[in-house]
Amino acid sequence: MGFNFYDFTALTHNIHVGLVEGFSPFMATTLEWVIVGTAYLLFVALFGLLLVYAERKVCAAFQQRLGPMRVGYWGLLQTIADFIKLLMKELIMPRKADRFLYNLAPFIVIIASFLAIAVIPFAPGLQSLDFDIGLFYLTSVSSVGVIGILLAGWSSNNKYSLIGAMRSGAQILSYELSVSLSLLTMIVFAGSMQFSTIVEGQRDGWYLFTGHIPSLVAFIVFLIAGTAETNRGPFDLAEAESELTAGFHTEYSGIKFAFFFLAEYINLFIISAVAATVFLGGWMPLHFGHLEAFNHAMDVIPPLVWFFLKVFGVIFIIMWFKWTFPRLRVDQILTLEWKYLLPINLINILLMAFIVLTKFHF
Amino acid sequence: MLNEFMFILIAVMILVFSVLTVLTRKILRAAVYMLFVLISTAGLYFMLSYNFLAAVQLTVYAGGIVVLIIFSILLTSHLSERAVMAPFKQSLFSALATLAGATLTLVTILRFSFIPNVGADPNFNITDVGNALVSYNREGYALPFEVVSILLLAAMIGSIVVAKKEPTLRDKEAKTDK
Repeated sequence: MGFNFYDFTALTHNIHVGLVEGFSPFMATTLEWVIVGTAYLLFVALFGLLLVYAERKVCAAFQQRLGPMRVGYWGLLQTIADFIKLLMKELIMPRKADRFLYNLAPFIVIIASFLAIAVIPFAPGLQSLDFDIGLFYLTSVSSVGVIGILLAGWSSNNKYSLIGAMRSGAQILSYELSVSLSLLTMIVFAGSMQFSTIVEGQRDGWYLFTGHIPSLVAFIVFLIAGTAETNRGPFDLAEAESELTAGFHTEYSGIKFAFFFLAEYINLFIISAVAATVFLGGWMPLHFGHLEAFNHAMDVIPPLVWFFLKVFGVIFIIMWFKWTFPRLRVDQILTLEWKYLLPINLINILLMAFIVLTKFHF
Repeated sequence: MLNEFMFILIAVMILVFSVLTVLTRKILRAAVYMLFVLISTAGLYFMLSYNFLAAVQLTVYAGGIVVLIIFSILLTSHLSERAVMAPFKQSLFSALATLAGATLTLVTILRFSFIPNVGADPNFNITDVGNALVSYNREGYALPFEVVSILLLAAMIGSIVVAKKEPTLRDKEAKTDK
């Protein structure tokens, strides 16, 4: 079984064949589920920890500090230590809370994130679901996550939680429109919702460049709306510490709080991965039309490295937003979405359709 | 075998949560049980490899309608509120009506001779849906699509008109002052 860093199709295929030959079909399928599930769980847990560390370091850099330095080399083990601490904390149950909904809420949030991560192509062959409705599936399953936030806020029996949940619900519902519409612009351009086709279509140039103006507008709108979708600053008024303590997760402690925390960072990863895949070519190396030598040099870098470089680029931009912009008020957030982003998006889709029809793109 | 197992799991989930939806006395729990019913239905569509309908089910029902229902519950009711127990007479007659409905449905289903089907067309994809939606041929859906669009537009304008505040007397005075 050769291990190929440039194409994982053979590797995953070999694992599948091996399992089918070794076990009954029932066992083989079950084992595949377990393997895929464990792989995603491990990836999400480790990547989440890495993102928390990255966030603290980026924040520190913007505030001219060093950030965590004591635990491990350059504080690398700090988030792991924090996570162990979170696991060992007591689970506090508010007295008059709705027990069932209170316990259910974190799971809805994190399951929605897990469902969404399934369609993201990491490298050739490293994608568990490749639907022909990939992007639509992603927006549809991630729209379920907001229910968890609303339930968490309501079932905690706490005013701050309820206000946080209402704000967050209004915000996510409105910005979902912009996310979907900016993705729709790119679907019009790509002519497909399937992730593999979208990545393949960017072999000769990323959609961000080939679709010129409408693509660029869609990318900027997507970044803004995506930041709002993940409830991150400057759109973090749902958990504004100074006015709402911590918003919808005020009453959560220990591992349940960790679920909300982790889900926020997975959503950050998903938004960045979608931006990287739809606008920046996903795992496709950087290619320029006819520069053969340059294209070959770029092909040497494995797709997995390309993918994570792009994802970290987008993640850095979103973190940059958080630590430089002041928090928006609730009316400003709704004005931004309904009076600016939505009309811009609608005009942008028309422009994109016009450009695709007249073939005025590269 | 795995297919049957999954089907039984989803079917049991749909049945159990449907019953729980109407039996619970806490209104938000009813909404959440209904969410589970809708998600399980989406699971059935995924099992039939009808991905598009499954995603529509998730977006429209789970992500749209249930969120709106939960939102309105959040705005109007409090955690400690419970629905009043229905009087005995009312529960008796509703139970009878439910039983009659269930019997009628069961009899109809059992008397219908189903034709075994091999499942969805594997070549069917989202492009066909898109083409059918804007095609004006015999089997196209351009006209229904447009009609539904106009209906939605009318509903949106209507809701804006309903929600719009009439300028109060004080607002008018403030305007004339300027």
